[in-house]
Amino acid sequence: MSASKATSINPTPIYIVDGARTPFLKARNTPGPFAASDLAVAAGRALLSRQRFGAEALDEVILGCAAPAPDEVNIGRLVALRMGCPQSVPGWTVMRNCASGMQAIDSAMANIQAGRSHLVLAGGVDALSRAPLLWPDAAVKWFAALNSARSMGQKLGVLTQFKLAYLSPVIGLLKGLTDPVVGLTMGQTAENLAWRFGIDRTQMDAFAVRSHQRTAAAYDAGHFANELVPLVERNGNAHEQDDGLRRDSSLAGLAKLKPVFDKPLGNITAGNSSQVTDGASWLLLASEAAVKQYDLQPLGRIVDSQWAGLDPAQMGLGPVHAATPILQRHGLCLNDLDAWEINEAFAAQVLGCLAAWKSDEYCRTELGLSGALGELDEHKLNIDGGAIAVGHPVGASGARIVLHVLQTLRRMPGTHVKRGMAAICIGGGQGGAMLVETLP
Amino acid sequence: MNAQPNNLRHWRLEVRDNGVVWAWLDRVNVQGAENTPENHTPEHTNVLTREVMAELAQCVSHWQKQCEHTPNVLRGIVFASAKDSGFIAGADIEEFTQIRDASTAVQVATQLVERGWNLYNQLAALPVPTLALIRGFCMGGGLELALACKYRIVVDEPSTRLALPEVMLGIVPGWGGMLRLPQLVGAPAALDMMLTGRAVDARKAKRMGLADVCVPPRLMQRTADEWIVSGKRPRSAADLPWMQRLMLGPLKSMVVRKARAQVMQRARPEHYPAPYAILDMWANYGGNALAVPSSQPTSMAALATSPTTPNLLRVYQLQERLKRFGRESDFKVKHVHVIGAGTMGGDIAAWCAGRGMTVTLQDQSVARIAPAIARAAKAYERKHKGDRRRVTQTLDRIVPDVSGRGVCQADVVIEAIFENIDAKHALFKSIEPMLKPGAILASNTSSLKLESIGSALRNPSRLVGIHFFNPVARMPLVEVVRGENSSEAEVQKALAFVRQLDKLPLPVKSAPGFLVNAVLGPYMLEAMRCVDAGLRAETVDEAALAFGMPMGPLELADVVGLDVALAVGKSLSASAGSAETSVVPTCLQQRADAGELGKKTGRGFFDWQNDKAVKRAPAAMSEAEKSALSERLIRPIVLTTRRLVAEGVVADADLADAGMIFGTGFAPFRGGPLHDADSRSV
Repeated sequence: MSASKATSINPTPIYIVDGARTPFLKARNTPGPFAASDLAVAAGRALLSRQRFGAEALDEVILGCAAPAPDEVNIGRLVALRMGCPQSVPGWTVMRNCASGMQAIDSAMANIQAGRSHLVLAGGVDALSRAPLLWPDAAVKWFAALNSARSMGQKLGVLTQFKLAYLSPVIGLLKGLTDPVVGLTMGQTAENLAWRFGIDRTQMDAFAVRSHQRTAAAYDAGHFANELVPLVERNGNAHEQDDGLRRDSSLAGLAKLKPVFDKPLGNITAGNSSQVTDGASWLLLASEAAVKQYDLQPLGRIVDSQWAGLDPAQMGLGPVHAATPILQRHGLCLNDLDAWEINEAFAAQVLGCLAAWKSDEYCRTELGLSGALGELDEHKLNIDGGAIAVGHPVGASGARIVLHVLQTLRRMPGTHVKRGMAAICIGGGQGGAMLVETLP
Repeated sequence: MNAQPNNLRHWRLEVRDNGVVWAWLDRVNVQGAENTPENHTPEHTNVLTREVMAELAQCVSHWQKQCEHTPNVLRGIVFASAKDSGFIAGADIEEFTQIRDASTAVQVATQLVERGWNLYNQLAALPVPTLALIRGFCMGGGLELALACKYRIVVDEPSTRLALPEVMLGIVPGWGGMLRLPQLVGAPAALDMMLTGRAVDARKAKRMGLADVCVPPRLMQRTADEWIVSGKRPRSAADLPWMQRLMLGPLKSMVVRKARAQVMQRARPEHYPAPYAILDMWANYGGNALAVPSSQPTSMAALATSPTTPNLLRVYQLQERLKRFGRESDFKVKHVHVIGAGTMGGDIAAWCAGRGMTVTLQDQSVARIAPAIARAAKAYERKHKGDRRRVTQTLDRIVPDVSGRGVCQADVVIEAIFENIDAKHALFKSIEPMLKPGAILASNTSSLKLESIGSALRNPSRLVGIHFFNPVARMPLVEVVRGENSSEAEVQKALAFVRQLDKLPLPVKSAPGFLVNAVLGPYMLEAMRCVDAGLRAETVDEAALAFGMPMGPLELADVVGLDVALAVGKSLSASAGSAETSVVPTCLQQRADAGELGKKTGRGFFDWQNDKAVKRAPAAMSEAEKSALSERLIRPIVLTTRRLVAEGVVADADLADAGMIFGTGFAPFRGGPLHDADSRSV
């Protein structure tokens, strides 16, 4: 749990050449209009078509996906081919739950640092609305028995054992959002943080309202224009914005919602949680050599990255554990950075992170620091809102916040180098963080 | 063991251990009299030339004798192609051209039919199993060869296409196709193939019973090896469902009536005798073209002397000529950027993506681009029914691109925005610096001068016109416009690009309306003058249809839009400058003033319901009156086309005819307006 055991400062610069994402589409209790591969292809095609090089220049395609559909298991390879990459460009899929997209970027960095790749398309995707319904185990056994029954008599015998409960499916998404070790849902881990740091419902709801307001303001100012590419359905329906944004979000409105995870007395509602959505996000990463070769004008670069592990029941504090060692390595304080993105899985969880940094006790016992790290200036945090307003298509979010924090830095005034952090909590008790900066 | 036929040039017989002979067709071009390998140059495709057929006849007689004298030695014959290009492309078109000479036409045609009919009957009668292993195209006489075999294996690849396209050349599948195909697949499916020339792919061939089995390439040899000695009963009419069998027997006349009614809607018998001949030969003469008495209008003699047959051959040859344009260029297009997602731009984008290119489609907003994508999705779903992956992968290639950044990667940039010179200037100015070196810059303009559009460019020589016709998916012609400043290299690249789109490129000089629109304008105006003179719109259109035009001129005007027609009329008459043509017809002006702009407003010269013109009956006319009216309507086409050839807008009369046929559907059976006028001396 100390910085000394962590990775060293990134020796080779990793350039972010460009990036794009789809609008995030809210899951509406029915399979959404796009499969995960459709989303990744739409964003990737648009991104690739505006480069100075063709898809054949890519060394590999890496895609993070927490829940690939059964027919898209190695979705990274599938979308590489569908995006028009030549067959010779390898494609693969990575999975680290909510940080799958960030993992893809990290894997690309590792290969660029090792000199194995120079130009990598890396990103994340999930179509949570299409998470499958699963047969209960008992039902699967019954089907198997029916299948292997030979004679009519045997078949009849199996048929009579049918129970109606076999028809009640397991919701795949809920399985995925429940920690298999501690048996808590993700929402319940956030309830843990609220309890630990004394975060009340009003604070959470206020944070949620602010997320919607900031996202709305960012849309109005055109701050998403340079990262969003449109989605068009086959029937001509076009999607140009995240459709979960509620411009009318208010404390009074949110107060009416019932808790979802700890019923009936919990604090976490659908309103102060991230939205279950479908979406994809990509970054084009390049080595210095590739930047020179293709005469690229990168948006910025990734300076450092860190993964961390912690108690699965407190998984929401992952960003604290991942970002802190980076700050230490670079001798930075929380507010030395110009912008922060902490993925908003839950309002309580982001507020929990801020509280942990402020807590003397937490920083000493859990982070091995001499005292509290301090208070992160909330004007620097999630400047354009976050997953509560935008949505959280699990695999895509990690890639989205890395791209977005860089885009945020780029619009800040002044020609000096600006630095920003993107950090994300990971179901199962992990955290991931990346430090990015603009170019001089 | 009998000696094999020797001195074969085109066929290679391979006797396998199991007693099966593999007859490989590998047509060569023989130079000199000696049949030595040194004198052979390879031919690209297998075609059933006189020589190929003669050698096959030699083989069949040999096999016949072998079966008689030494039974049980020959266990079966497999026909296969040794060429990668396909199985057999059909009979030799060059031989058909000899039918043009009227004095020998009947004799030549009859001999041609006899040769295949008798040979294939002989082949079908061989007492050993025969099998055609079909990979790639299998057309006309090639399919009839396969039909004469007892078994057919098709290889499951997209390039495997089976068809009897004779009708499109004004002839009939006289080598047993009319006899055997209906027996195998039933009358409706067989008539559909024979009367339309439509091709079926491998899977469809298996589904409809045309093939016994459809296998992937990796299994084709093994399947053939086993199938030929399997002793399976060959498929026959007895395997058809009972309703299908009835349609070959008692219900035959009903089927013919129905089919004839369908053909009537597409082609008049006086224009296109071949489909009617096919129906008659199948229904009344057992599919034997030679059995029809020469006094009949459906006889071989009648077909051979009908001008339609050589004219359709001419059309085929014109098409081949257009296909040769752009061959010199090795320009390869992977990415097309289309600006303007309206009907034209959107359909161009959809077509390019359908041909495997990546397309960035630019317009001012996503809302303008989305309908084009929806239209493309619908078209692909119709085209690739049941192949969801193909639809998805084609759609994947169309990328909405509001910011227009796709320009930087495009090999071809096509502008298809509204016809406003200032807008085009601004657009081209902004695009030019972003272009990839070597990329084509093209405008789809139909009414603005290429030179004035190009004046906004630093390098106007790279601008060419690539002018598509509406609807893009159905119109085979694309005019490639050479502006005064266009460089030859860019024009060649554009021609090559159009070929990659599998369209027919016609090089034209920059001039108002180029070829096609410049000719259609006076034609429509003349029709309107007839209306001004008191004729009913239906009467005028009927005269054009009777001549063989695919659509009446006034219906066409309604489709184009009367506002467009008015603008074109004004600009054409201004440029033509003659007093006669400079008056805008009253009927056009009135309708335009009243806002009755044709199909798009629901009323023009006709009322439009459900995208169809509601036409009343034309006024009663004698044949002489009708033909006089036809001549009056067609005259401006002929005169304008002649003038444009003289002015060098199009290089020669044949190309002008080709442009009019593939760009407007000008009566193909007439061989083009100039050819028709010359042959009738009008």
